[in-house]
Amino acid sequence: MTKNTPNLPPHQDLQVQNQYAYDEIPSDLFVKAPLDHRKSEEIGTPAVSFWKEAFQRLIKNRGAMISLILLVSLIVLALIGPGMNEFSYREQNLTHSNLPPKIEGLEWVGFNGLNSQGVDQYAERDVQINYWFGTDEFGRDLWTRVWRGTQISLFIALVAAALDLVIGVIYGGISSFYGGRIDNVMQRIIEILMGIPNLIVIILFILVLEPGITSIILAMVITGWVGMARVVRGQVLQLKGQEFVLASRTLGASNPRLISKHLLPNVMGPIIVTVMFTIPTAIFFEAFLSFIGLGLQAPLASLGVLIEDGYKSMRYFPYKLIFPALVISIIMISFNLLGDGLRDALDPKMRK
Amino acid sequence: MTRYLLQRIGFMLITLFIIVTATFFLMQLLPGTPFTNPEKLTDSQLTILNAKYGLDQPVAMQYIQYIGNLLQGDLGYSFQHEGRTVTSMISGRIGPSAFIGLQALVIGAIMGLLLGIVSALKHNSILDYGSVTLAVLGMSIPSFVFAALLQYYVGVKLGWLPVALWEGYSSTLLPSIALSVTVTATVARFIRSEMLEVIGQDYIITARAKGLKENQVMVKHVIRNALIPVVTMLGPLAVSIMTGTLVIEKIFAVPGLGEQFTLSILVLDYSVIMGITIFYSALFIFVVFVVDIIYSLLDPRINYKGGAA
Repeated sequence: MTKNTPNLPPHQDLQVQNQYAYDEIPSDLFVKAPLDHRKSEEIGTPAVSFWKEAFQRLIKNRGAMISLILLVSLIVLALIGPGMNEFSYREQNLTHSNLPPKIEGLEWVGFNGLNSQGVDQYAERDVQINYWFGTDEFGRDLWTRVWRGTQISLFIALVAAALDLVIGVIYGGISSFYGGRIDNVMQRIIEILMGIPNLIVIILFILVLEPGITSIILAMVITGWVGMARVVRGQVLQLKGQEFVLASRTLGASNPRLISKHLLPNVMGPIIVTVMFTIPTAIFFEAFLSFIGLGLQAPLASLGVLIEDGYKSMRYFPYKLIFPALVISIIMISFNLLGDGLRDALDPKMRK
Repeated sequence: MTRYLLQRIGFMLITLFIIVTATFFLMQLLPGTPFTNPEKLTDSQLTILNAKYGLDQPVAMQYIQYIGNLLQGDLGYSFQHEGRTVTSMISGRIGPSAFIGLQALVIGAIMGLLLGIVSALKHNSILDYGSVTLAVLGMSIPSFVFAALLQYYVGVKLGWLPVALWEGYSSTLLPSIALSVTVTATVARFIRSEMLEVIGQDYIITARAKGLKENQVMVKHVIRNALIPVVTMLGPLAVSIMTGTLVIEKIFAVPGLGEQFTLSILVLDYSVIMGITIFYSALFIFVVFVVDIIYSLLDPRINYKGGAA
């Protein structure tokens, strides 16, 4: 204990002094504060709903808010970006192929139209228009293609996440709500599905189906819903035994009412968090598939296709890789941080 | 324990059987035939080839034959490489994959433990924020993006390490580092939160109250207890490494299983795709099983009487 004495906080002495001062005051100087018994049960601050409180917690989380802003701006750019100049994502112009990025006024950060040898390609080839992110080997505008690709990647991820959500909630809900033998069988099925590496299933399905947006989404959903089902099941199992469910049941609530009014709203938090983590996973898998050559067919481009194209010519035209890589990284980081923030905000107990 | 083990092994076998069956029938649905250049082959050649590989038999017969061969460790012949068995193709390529995989696991585990422990010990300091940021970046940036950037900046621009060549030890470094990023990030995040949780436990207060030095509390009580659940991460980590090898080996031209898999997909070498799929799945299932057993041995609080976990 002696080790601790030098670390005594400075206010400790103050407390000791106060105690002496207190002893010197005679007790008749103390007046009892009036206590109104009618007000003792009153709630001091206005009642805050769960969602409002969660929202306030989320706003305080700087990382999550920055991510939210980044995501919104990326989504807006993905929507309006392709329309911001006159090029289309599929229009080829071979005389303008492999032009480095150039933006008027941003020459000092690298958008100067110089290629890797330091030659101004725009002056040399007498190109009047500026390509903000440069062009690919067919002379297609990369700015348009990157945002178009972001659109497609986000679309795939959102649809896959939505399907995962629907299937997972229904499956997990039925399994846990009805319990017993149904639950047992449904859980064994999930266990077997969990045992299969999902990447392999995805690859096999893409091989069988024609490559395209639909088949990528389907392949991801086939294994993706299992995670959601497990989350929902775990939550519902926990809630089912609680008193408010029993109370509602005693009052004669029907099963659908019980599910929609009591169970689902209480499972919403973990569901939202799971969706937030499903989306970046889906974006990753889509890019991954495109990278190993199982992705979308030209001229369509997703971020993964663009990264794969950029990777092939990275040595001489690094800008082709950097822009889509940057966009996908920002999207993934933002979704992960936002997911973390939402998890902390919606369920402080789940915090990891 | 025995009951639990038997149950788990039974489940493993059922899962494997389902995977084998599903793979087989999915392959049957595939468009195109293994002999993709029909104009080069005459009809009689095709018939001979089909007969040689048993493709003229009804599907059910092929299936039974496949299962029978599989039980003897025979995965059939490659359709693209004349006369090579799938088993020999797989076993010839396990080496490089296993090497960079294990090296990545070791690098990632060490880096992750260091980052995680430092950030938990210096909770809410700049060091903590730094390593949390690193962990988020490592978890978010796709491994192939990181690998491509690594190859460009370290391999091409700086020229420190070979770019895409499989020769000598130095060529294993870049792929291992690229693979290890996810591992580092996952382990760092996990160990950090685990340690912060342990620090709040009553037995840590007890340890401090009985006058143990802070170093001893951290090493003997906090880190030791926080390390136990890290074992559970091994399963998911092994999976992420296996996933990673598919692209990383392609990027760095590592002659491993992942590269073979992507190549086989491009040339539609059915039997090889099937073989590698089954091999990967079996490995995955086995790793998860072993991890579960190790975990239940390490942490006495886990009981296996409850049936399948």
